[in-house]
Amino acid sequence: MSQTTLQQDAPKARPALPKFPLAWLGVMPFFLFAFLFLLYPSSTIVVRTFLDSKTGEFTFRNVLNLIQDPYVLGAYWLSIKISVVTALGGGIFGFLLAYSSIRGGLPRIMRSSLMTFSGVASNFAGIPLAFAFIALLSPTGMLTNWLKFTGINIYDYGFTLYKFWGLSVVYMYFQFPLMVLIIAPAIDGLRREWVEASENLGASTLQYWRYVAFPILLPSIMGSMILLFGNSFGAFATAVALTGGSSMNLATIVIGAQLRGDVLGDPGLGYAVAFGMVIVMTVVMTVYTILQRRAERWLK
Amino acid sequence: MKRSGVIWSWFWMILGILYFFLPLLATFLFSLRAELGHLGFKAYTNVFSDPQFQIKFPASILWAVLTIIVAIVLFVPTAYWVRLKVPQARSAVELITLLPFVIPAIVYVFGLVRTFSQPPLLIVNSPGLLIAGYTVLSMPYMYRAIDTGLRAIDVRTLTEAAQSLGAGWGTILFRVIFPNIRVSILSGAFLSFAIVMGEYTLAQYLAKPAFAPYIALLIQNKAYEPAAATIISFALIWACMGIIQLIGGGEQGQVTGGH
Repeated sequence: MSQTTLQQDAPKARPALPKFPLAWLGVMPFFLFAFLFLLYPSSTIVVRTFLDSKTGEFTFRNVLNLIQDPYVLGAYWLSIKISVVTALGGGIFGFLLAYSSIRGGLPRIMRSSLMTFSGVASNFAGIPLAFAFIALLSPTGMLTNWLKFTGINIYDYGFTLYKFWGLSVVYMYFQFPLMVLIIAPAIDGLRREWVEASENLGASTLQYWRYVAFPILLPSIMGSMILLFGNSFGAFATAVALTGGSSMNLATIVIGAQLRGDVLGDPGLGYAVAFGMVIVMTVVMTVYTILQRRAERWLK
Repeated sequence: MKRSGVIWSWFWMILGILYFFLPLLATFLFSLRAELGHLGFKAYTNVFSDPQFQIKFPASILWAVLTIIVAIVLFVPTAYWVRLKVPQARSAVELITLLPFVIPAIVYVFGLVRTFSQPPLLIVNSPGLLIAGYTVLSMPYMYRAIDTGLRAIDVRTLTEAAQSLGAGWGTILFRVIFPNIRVSILSGAFLSFAIVMGEYTLAQYLAKPAFAPYIALLIQNKAYEPAAATIISFALIWACMGIIQLIGGGEQGQVTGGH
């Protein structure tokens, strides 16, 4: 409102300049930068996915190769699996933590401490994180030794830090703090009156959760978990540092290897793999945005 | 029943605390064992005196500082201008600032390398490309922090007041807008600093010296030194987050007070 009235006032004060294009000049540096260093390099991936790497002609062959290549499909599948597992695990654990600290009847300081820790832990990823877990859970790691002391050798039970479940445990370290940070506002939005109202109507705790809190929180929880999925799907450095890029063929690791040298034996396929990741992430962010909008309807 | 709820809350919190601290404790204890027979800080002195560290750690600081400068110079005027003059551009700008979330770092650097390693855009070896890449990575945090800061102040009134006192655009930006959103800028800057200091993928594939690739190298070649470097890296993140909380303290208090 105030914007439009002010814009109508402006011509009186300063007449007849071609206002519209000049104003756009002010944002040109940003768009130029974004085009050169973000949109153009990204579009390179898209365009070359649909170009024959030898002849330079338009083709669907790279995409067709991708959906027929068992190695690449396996990499995607592994990425999806670990992302689902750590999004669910990190999501549930993060939610329980956030709920405990906000509505669990704990001292106030627990909440602010948890938020600080989460801010730190969600940024503590990549190479140092991988090493921290090597120190903890490798065959000679601290926790491994402690457990050995009590008679449990986790490596006898088939646990390996450098394989699927080990990597999942490591990924969880940046997954659950992220969940805490993004779900906290939704838990804050649960009004205390709703608990009181359902108690007055004779509802049990279970019924309150089943019919009130859970349906309201569901879009937020789903949205957050989808964001966690994306967070893990794009992770690269942690996996490389932990596995040396060999024992776990994630989609990101295939792209990393393809960048070093043409491991797929087909440059076009490399672009298709990268493009496929962008598609997955776009779907993730779109669904997240939709769910977030749904969540906001209740949590004002 | 109420009491059992509190017990469960403590249970989850303690589990969370263990998950958070145990890896760090393990790393820290490990880092102290560099000298046979007794605990000490030998691994840390080894890292600090390593010529490789002395090149790569300051290099990362340099990348981070340059990234923050470029980001501020590019994003503050843009966010300001979008709010003041071209609100039509808002959705396009916001979409662009969110794009780095959609493109994983390894895919992004793949695009950068393939785009800029052939003429006419042969700049893949330039440090400028790394800075540009980091600026893109920092965009979602930096731009949003700045935009949130601008939302909290009355941009239009401040601008008109400054103009009526005879200020030009430069004066308005640097002496009116800047000081008013410096808390937001600083929070964004320290977050970007933490992110760049720990960033591995871009530095590695654009072949530039940096701290995270250095730690990766240590992991392959040394035993106790990577533990020390990990603790240093963690301390850096902790410091950045602490500073963000400290400078944003008043602001955060206001947010909770508004409920």
